[in-house]
Amino acid sequence: MSGDDHDHHHRAGWSDVELRVRALESILVEKGLVDPAALDAIVETYETKIGPRNGARVIARAWVDPAYKARLLSDATAAIREQGYGGSQGEQMIVLENTGAVHNVVVCTLCSCYPWPVLGLPPVWYKSAPYRSRVVMDPRGVLRELGLELAESTEVRVWDSNAELRYLVLPRRPTGTEGLSEDRLAALVTRDGMIGVAAV
Amino acid sequence: MNTIHDMGGMHGFGPVEREANEPVFHADWERRVFALTTAVSFAVPFTDDNLRSAIESIPPARYLASTYYELWLEALTKILIGRRVVSERELASGRAEPLSKDIEVLGPVTPADALAALDAGFPARRASGKPARFRLGDAVRARNLNPATHTRLPRYARGRLGHIVADHGVMSFNDANGRGDGEQPQHVYAVRFTMRELWGPEASARDHLTLDLWDDHLDPA
Repeated sequence: MSGDDHDHHHRAGWSDVELRVRALESILVEKGLVDPAALDAIVETYETKIGPRNGARVIARAWVDPAYKARLLSDATAAIREQGYGGSQGEQMIVLENTGAVHNVVVCTLCSCYPWPVLGLPPVWYKSAPYRSRVVMDPRGVLRELGLELAESTEVRVWDSNAELRYLVLPRRPTGTEGLSEDRLAALVTRDGMIGVAAV
Repeated sequence: MNTIHDMGGMHGFGPVEREANEPVFHADWERRVFALTTAVSFAVPFTDDNLRSAIESIPPARYLASTYYELWLEALTKILIGRRVVSERELASGRAEPLSKDIEVLGPVTPADALAALDAGFPARRASGKPARFRLGDAVRARNLNPATHTRLPRYARGRLGHIVADHGVMSFNDANGRGDGEQPQHVYAVRFTMRELWGPEASARDHLTLDLWDDHLDPA
């Protein structure tokens, strides 16, 4: 290590993991394997363009347009692409409709599989050991802890996205929202509702 | 492989804790790890199966003590060292050494090409593969497989009885791909299990769990 680098590292007060990431990036850039502008573009896309507001727009459209909802339930990948969303980690989409009789909830026990084009990158709790370990065995208990109490008569369906299918829950449209515009409806839809750990 | 990542049905991890107004990334180095992993896979091609397999190979105690992007960083580093694209010596010094001439790599992906590729995605579906052995409604039993290599068949389903509720068509087989045996395209089915079949008589009689399993994960029942 050169003296310059050594001083620079200490001046910046970087942690070991930060140092290692900086080193990896500069090595890959210097070897011509990574363009820093591509890194910035990828980060910007997932921080500002791809996130749960995309999914919320899909849900709101399904609530106001029965023909769209039918397409969404029969070929989710194509119907989501109609709205302008698709691609990595959303290549094979399935939409699960919540009804009075059935409540759907999604997990990836083996890692962190999640429908990026409509929900963005997954939150920490979704990738965490408590959620992954428990929701497959005790979904009602986990949902209750998260504030969603289900009637005993409701069937719970857990979907472990262990393969390359990616799942989006279509929550029930809240009552009393008949007069709302599609934009207003989209604002009611939450990320957690589209994972199935909240009602909407 | 039977290790800690396959945690469905385990006890002891405590309550699920949600963070209010969670940011997409919690630190700048997380942004860089995510972007580096994505971008370098164009120049030094590897698949999600390779990345998952490398994450699963991290010893259980360290896996649990690591944050998500620390796991990605360790797995990515292991893949790149395995391809001789970087070395521990370089990572320690922060200085790149010349790439050996016999290592095949591609050029860096441009911003436009990276975004176009992410928007197009990397479909798992294949035009053809092994003929389907099962049909809608068939009773199937998940095989009792315990490979020391990558598999997408969780332990909690092995040996359990379920029913085919959908045929998703032919897809690349992650288990084969993750161990370097090619794609072996075959049908993937949604297989529904009762909670009682998976977790015993204390589980709700009303509730179900669905897994997407490849043809090679299943036997007729």
